Amino acid sequence: MPLGYFGKRLLHLAFVLLGVSLIVFLMLRMIPGDPARLLLGEFASAEDLARLRAQMGLERPLPVQYGLYLGRLLQGDLGRSLRNGAPVASEIGQRLTATAELAVAAMLIATVLGIAAGVVSAVRPYSLFDTAAMLLALLGVSMPVFWLGLMLMYLLAVRFPVLPLMGRIGMGNEPEALTGLMLVDTLLAGGLEAFLEALEHLVLPAFTLATVPMAIIARITRSSMLEVLQQDYVRTARAKGLEESVVVLRHALRNALLPIVTVLGLNLGLLLSGAVLTETIFSWPGLGRYVVDSLMARDYAAVQGCILVFAVIMAVINLVVDFAYAALDPRIRIHG
Amino acid sequence: MAEWEPVAGLLRSKSATLGLALIAFVLGVALLGPALAPHDPFRTAPLERLAGPSAAHPFGTDSLGRDILSRVIYGARISILIGLISVSISLFPGTLLGLVAGYFGRRLDSAIMRAMDMLLAFPAILLAIFITAILGPSLPNTMIAVGIVYIPHYARIVRSSVLALKEQLFVQAIAHLGGGHGRILFRHVLPNALPPIIVYATLGMGTAVLQAAALGFLGLGAQPPQPEWGVMLSEGRQYLQIAPHVAAFPGAAIFVLVLGFNLLGDGLRDVLDPTLRSM
Repeated sequence: MPLGYFGKRLLHLAFVLLGVSLIVFLMLRMIPGDPARLLLGEFASAEDLARLRAQMGLERPLPVQYGLYLGRLLQGDLGRSLRNGAPVASEIGQRLTATAELAVAAMLIATVLGIAAGVVSAVRPYSLFDTAAMLLALLGVSMPVFWLGLMLMYLLAVRFPVLPLMGRIGMGNEPEALTGLMLVDTLLAGGLEAFLEALEHLVLPAFTLATVPMAIIARITRSSMLEVLQQDYVRTARAKGLEESVVVLRHALRNALLPIVTVLGLNLGLLLSGAVLTETIFSWPGLGRYVVDSLMARDYAAVQGCILVFAVIMAVINLVVDFAYAALDPRIRIHG
Repeated sequence: MAEWEPVAGLLRSKSATLGLALIAFVLGVALLGPALAPHDPFRTAPLERLAGPSAAHPFGTDSLGRDILSRVIYGARISILIGLISVSISLFPGTLLGLVAGYFGRRLDSAIMRAMDMLLAFPAILLAIFITAILGPSLPNTMIAVGIVYIPHYARIVRSSVLALKEQLFVQAIAHLGGGHGRILFRHVLPNALPPIIVYATLGMGTAVLQAAALGFLGLGAQPPQPEWGVMLSEGRQYLQIAPHVAAFPGAAIFVLVLGFNLLGDGLRDVLDPTLRSM
């Protein structure tokens, strides 16, 4: 039975990815201008243009072009950057780890603090803590990330300089890029000082990026916990004389997790969108900043590559969330 | 008087009242713009550049010496307009697609919803960025891009309401009496599917304002010298270390308006559609 559900979800993923590639392909064709000319520049000769067009298959019918495009994609070929001719896939690969480090740090902060605030609020509803936390959460969901980032930057890096202004690590302190994750690379290079420096650089961007998801998680955790805490089995657990912490964490939170997991999944798109803005503000050399820079340089090959990669990441994580959901609630595996 | 019940409920809700007040404030500022603005929002004064808040310039001046308060006031018009137009662009096609998909079901339903899934596969701002890249960066194109991005959200919400309504006795009765599809859909199903649409559209106004400001901030939306809040923030970013007020005020304006829509949306949801509370 589980295989049926998982198989269906995998098929759906393949279908969505195929659609995504089709949308990106069609949109690229809608960009005004000749792709060959974009690639070779305005002084290219007519023969060069014709040769490149033939090479790229631009004269062939659209479905054939899509087939060729799909074939290249499946081999991991995202084309070449119009700016420097480098393969887009490797350009993206270099930046993906920076975004991953930032996004994982932000998600950790958002999940831990968001769930903690939500649980405490639900256990003591209408208390001072609850009121303050929910007010903050409401402010958090309405916050323009790019504004919050700038204000935090001004406050904590300029006015009271306790944290670095931007970047991933001080100039000249970069460790050898083994994993691309600055925290891991600094540790592997054996420098605790460099590790702490990298951590300091991560704090502001990660908190900025975490704000909106944290607020959403806190709100959903509170409402989900409030509902669960009124259930009979919680009353039974209390009546059995279990300690309150066990009742709240083992009995209530576990059952309140389902909607929280859904929200975590939905937040991922938000996090990736937020990364584009956060990376721009903090000069974080990740994928988000790369896509904006590429767009400014009209490097469509790079833009489409990034968008595809973002969509794939989102689709895969949504799948993981679906699986986690099914693991938490057996009913979904059976009826899903 | 039953139809006034939701309005009374809304006014009893503290968050909705505060939200309404914030929106009314920004709307008032937008409507009265020229009368309220102390200066011409486009007039540059190089000698007064980057001046901090003062009696003459309560929000200070920007890098060209323009009065930031006046620019924030004019920006209110742009942001309200962005919210209204972007939401309309997603609302109408989204609702129609959701109605058709939910009501007719089968192949039409799968075709429409699979297409919506594909659009939903992109992170919102990236899809908006991609669309503006194709259309070219400008304010109208920003509204179109933000509008297109949220079409699938409305389609999904409307579809799920229609699926439930379709099974209701009154809809089946009208169908048996010979009511045409159009009549059933628009006279009977749509009005009953409205509450979640209204809630989502209100929250969506806030999202649209945020997204458009983000695009402006990235240089892909409204273009300088337009006093759009995101563009102003982006200009202020360069002077953050010496003149933080240039970025602070436009950002605060975005925050106030988005907060207003979120508060009102929350309040509306509690009154109109309590089942959506977990959204």
